[in-house]
Amino acid sequence: MTTVEQAHAAAHALTRRPVAGKGWKAPIAFGVVTLLSLILFVVFARPGTSEFRLTAGRTLIQLPVIAVPTTLSCVILTGLMAVITVIAVMLVRANRRVPLWLVAIFAFLFLAAFLAWAGAGASIPVYGLLLGTVALSAPLIFGALGGVISERSGVVNIAIEGQMLAGAFVSAMIASITQSPYLGLIGAMVAGMLVSFVLAAFAIKYVVDQIIVGVVLNVLVTGLTSFLYSTVMTANPQMLNSPPRFQRIEIPVLSEIPIIGPLFFQQTIIIYLMYVAVAVVWYALFRTRWGLRVRAVGEHPQAADTVGIKVGLTRFWNVSLAGAVAGLGGAYFTLGSVGSFQKDMTAGAGFIALAAVIFGQWDPIKATLAALLFGFATNLQNVIGIIGSPVPSEFMLMLPYVVTILAVAGFVGKSRPPAADGKPYIK
Amino acid sequence: MKLELRGITKRFGSLVANDHINLTVEPGEIHCLLGENGAGKSTLMNVLYGLYQAEEGEILLDDEVQHFQGPGDAMAAGIGMVHQHFMLIPVFTVAENVMLGHEETTVGGRLNMAATRDKVRALSDRFGFDLDPDALVEDLPVGVQQRVEIIKALSRDAKVLVFDEPTAVLTPQETDELMLIMKQLKEAGTAIVFITHKLREVREVADRITVIRLGKVVGEASPTASNEELASLMVGRSVDLVIDKAPAAPGAPALVVKDLSVVDQHGQVVVNSVSFDVKQGEVLAIAGVQGNGQTELTEAIIGLQDRVTGEITLDGKSLRKLSVNKVLDAGVGFVPEDRNEDGLVGAFTVAENLMLDRSDGAPFVKAGGLQLKYLAEFAKKKLTEFDIRAQGITTQVGRLSGGNQQKVVLARELSRKLRLFVAAQPTRGLDVGSIEFVHSQIVAARDAGVPVIVVSTELDEVTALADRIAVMYRGGIVGIVPGDTSRDILGLMMAGEPAPETGAAA
Repeated sequence: MTTVEQAHAAAHALTRRPVAGKGWKAPIAFGVVTLLSLILFVVFARPGTSEFRLTAGRTLIQLPVIAVPTTLSCVILTGLMAVITVIAVMLVRANRRVPLWLVAIFAFLFLAAFLAWAGAGASIPVYGLLLGTVALSAPLIFGALGGVISERSGVVNIAIEGQMLAGAFVSAMIASITQSPYLGLIGAMVAGMLVSFVLAAFAIKYVVDQIIVGVVLNVLVTGLTSFLYSTVMTANPQMLNSPPRFQRIEIPVLSEIPIIGPLFFQQTIIIYLMYVAVAVVWYALFRTRWGLRVRAVGEHPQAADTVGIKVGLTRFWNVSLAGAVAGLGGAYFTLGSVGSFQKDMTAGAGFIALAAVIFGQWDPIKATLAALLFGFATNLQNVIGIIGSPVPSEFMLMLPYVVTILAVAGFVGKSRPPAADGKPYIK
Repeated sequence: MKLELRGITKRFGSLVANDHINLTVEPGEIHCLLGENGAGKSTLMNVLYGLYQAEEGEILLDDEVQHFQGPGDAMAAGIGMVHQHFMLIPVFTVAENVMLGHEETTVGGRLNMAATRDKVRALSDRFGFDLDPDALVEDLPVGVQQRVEIIKALSRDAKVLVFDEPTAVLTPQETDELMLIMKQLKEAGTAIVFITHKLREVREVADRITVIRLGKVVGEASPTASNEELASLMVGRSVDLVIDKAPAAPGAPALVVKDLSVVDQHGQVVVNSVSFDVKQGEVLAIAGVQGNGQTELTEAIIGLQDRVTGEITLDGKSLRKLSVNKVLDAGVGFVPEDRNEDGLVGAFTVAENLMLDRSDGAPFVKAGGLQLKYLAEFAKKKLTEFDIRAQGITTQVGRLSGGNQQKVVLARELSRKLRLFVAAQPTRGLDVGSIEFVHSQIVAARDAGVPVIVVSTELDEVTALADRIAVMYRGGIVGIVPGDTSRDILGLMMAGEPAPETGAAA
C-alpha cells in the first residue's frame, strides 16, 4: 500500500469513526441517579409498608390496593436501575443509541422507588397523582402548542405568557357577561390572537428583535390586565368576574375504566379539546401542505420564497394561530380550574410552556410530554406534601424548575431548533 | 419556450445594477451570461425570476409579455432556476423539497408522498441521477443536492432553466457531469441560461455568449473565441491570464507539519493525521472541494483551533499551543478565507485595518497611545504600493469593492517580515483584474524566499500558482503531486481517488 492509498483509506475510515464523547450522557446520568437512589432509598431506608391506591372510592371497577414493604421494594427497584445502567453502558460501547423507552423505564423505576420511600407507612393515591398532572399540565400544553406553531414558522414566541394571561382575563369577562363558557373560550382565542398580532406586526413587518417584543408584550399584558382587574373587575365582580365553569362530561362506559377512564373520559370540554389539539397539530405539521410550508418557512425562508410561498404572510398567520391556541391555555385557568380571574394568575406558566417547547424539540407530541412532566413534578410536590414527606416541601417546589433547567441546558437529548427560528426574513 | 428580455433596467438607489439589458434565448439553446462578480448577472436573473421588480423593460415568453409579482408567477410561467446557493431545506427529504410549493394532497389534506416519490424517480431515471426520494438533503453531497435542484425545477415543467454559477461548489468531475446534463436538457428542447465567470466552461457548452460588464451588455461572442478575447471583453481591457513566474528555487523545509489532527466543536475529526512540509521559496497549494478540512488545517496552523494534536514546527520552533499573537510574532502572515468575517473590520478605516494585528507595540503604539502620524504615512505608502483604490486612508473598508478589500488584507499581512505566508481562498469573489494582482503578490513573496501555502478550491488558481499540490479529501491528504499535474488527475484526487503511482512520488 502506498502512502497515498493509506491516506485515502484513512479518509474513508474517518467517516465511519464514532464521534468522540457522544452518547455517554445517558449512561452517566443513569449511574448518578442509581447511586443517588442507593444512598437515599437503601442506605437511609425508611421502614414500613407503602400502599399504592389505583382507583378512587366511587368508581364501579375497583382495583386492589397494592401494599409493598418499603425497604425491600426500594432495594429491588434500585437493583433494576443498576441493571438498566449496565445495559446503557453496553449499548453505548457497541456504538448504539440508548433508546427513549429505556430512559422512560428508568425514570419510572426511579419514581416508583421515590414514591415507595416517601410514602412509607402511608397510602399514595396514584390516580389522584395522574389526574392532577393532567389538570396542571393543561395550560402548559396549550401554551407549548402555541410555541411550537409559532417557532416552527420561524418566530420566537416569548409572548406565550402574555397570550395566556390575555386569554384568561378576556375569557373570564366574556363568560361572566354572557354566562356562556363557550363564548368565553372564543374570547380567549381572540385575545391571544390580538397579542399575537402585535408580536407578528413588529417581528415580521418591522423586523424588531422578536425576543424584545415578546418580553415587552408580557409586561404590557400583565400591566393591562392588572389595571383592568383592579379598576373595572373589582368594581363589579358579580357581573364581570364570576364566569360559569365547564362541567365534566362523562363518556358512558369508557369513563368507568380504571385509571384511563378518569384521565381521558371524565374531563371538561377544554381538556378534550386539548387532547384533540395535540393530535391535530402534530398531523397538520407533519402530514399536510400547511405543515410542510410552515416548516419550510421556519427552516429556510429564502428557499420557501423561491418556490412561491409567501414567507411574511405564512409567519403572520401562524403567529396569530399560536396566540389563539395559547389563549385557550389561559381560558383553562379561569373557566377550567379557578373559576375567576386573578391578578397575574398565569404565574410564569407561559415560560414553563416555552421550556416545554425546547425540551420537546419543537415537536408537538414531545412538547406535550415535556409539559406533562412539568405538571407531574408540580403535582408530586402537592401530593407528597399531603401524605407527609421526609423531603421539605420547598425542595419539592423547586423540582419542576430544576427539571426545566436541566432540560433546557440540553441534558436530555440534543435540541435542534428550526434553522431560521428568531431570524427575520429580509429579501 | 423562447425567452426574451427587453430593456431591463434595475436600480438600487443610485446604483444601476442592470442598464437596458436585452437578451434572447431560444428553445434548445444554451446561452451563456458571462461577466465578473458584481457585473449584474444575478440581479438580472432575479428580475427574471420575480424576486426583484425591474424599473423598466419587459420579460417575454414566446412573444407574450409577462408580469411576475413573485417567484411563484415565474415558475408557473415555466421558468426554473438552479440557484448558486441551493434553495433546499436541509432537514427535508428529497421528495419534500421537490413537492414544496406545489404539493399534491389526498383526503384530509394529507400530502401525497407516493405520487411525488414516483415523480422524483421518473425524472431521476430519465437523466440517470439515481436519487433516493426519501434521503435527507443534508446527508447528500453537494453535487447530488444540485441534481435535486434540477429535478425540482423540472418537476414544475420548466421550459426555461437558469443555472446561476452552478459549478462553484462542484469538483471538476461533477462539473463535467453537469455539462452533460445541460446538453441533455438542451436536446430535450429546454432553453438554458448559464451564468458563470469561468471561461473554460463557457467554451465547452455555450451556443451563444452574452458578456455583461457594469450592468450593461458589452457584446456577444461566439464559443470559438479564445480565452483572452472573452476575458478582455469581460474586464474591458486586455488581461494576462498566465502568471509569469520563474521556476521555484526551493530551499530548506521551513514549515513541517506532522500527524496533525483537528477535532471540531461537534467532536468530529475534521483534519485527520496530515503530514507535509513547505520549503523556503516554494508555493504549496492545498486543493480540494470546499469543506474537506482545508479551513481547519489553516486555522490550526495560525492557532485558531482548540483541539489539535500532532506537530507544527516553523524553522525548528513549535507553533502548536502558541496563542494567535505568538504565531503572528513568529512571522506567519495569514489571509483568512472570509475577509469580511475574519480579515477586516468593515466599520474601521483603511488605515486602522492596516494595523489591526500590530496594536501591541511600536511602531504603531507607544505608551498605549496610537501613533496616528506614523499610521497615516504607513497607510498612504501601502495605498500606492498595493494599488488600493480608495478615496483616502480614512475611507471605511466596508465601502470598498471586494478586490480592494483583499488588497488591504494583503498589504497588512505582507508588510511584515514573514517566515511563512498562508493565504486561504485569496481570490474568492474577486474580478479578473484583482486576481492578477493578488497572484503576482503571492509569487513575489515566494520569490523573496518565503514559504507559501495557498488554499484554493479553484483548479485554475491551484495550477497557476503551485510548485507542489496537496489534495485534501475528507480531512486527509490524498496525495502531494507536482505543480504541473494534469487537471484530470487532480480532479480524481479531489474526489478521493489516489493519484496514479507515477504522480504520487513528489
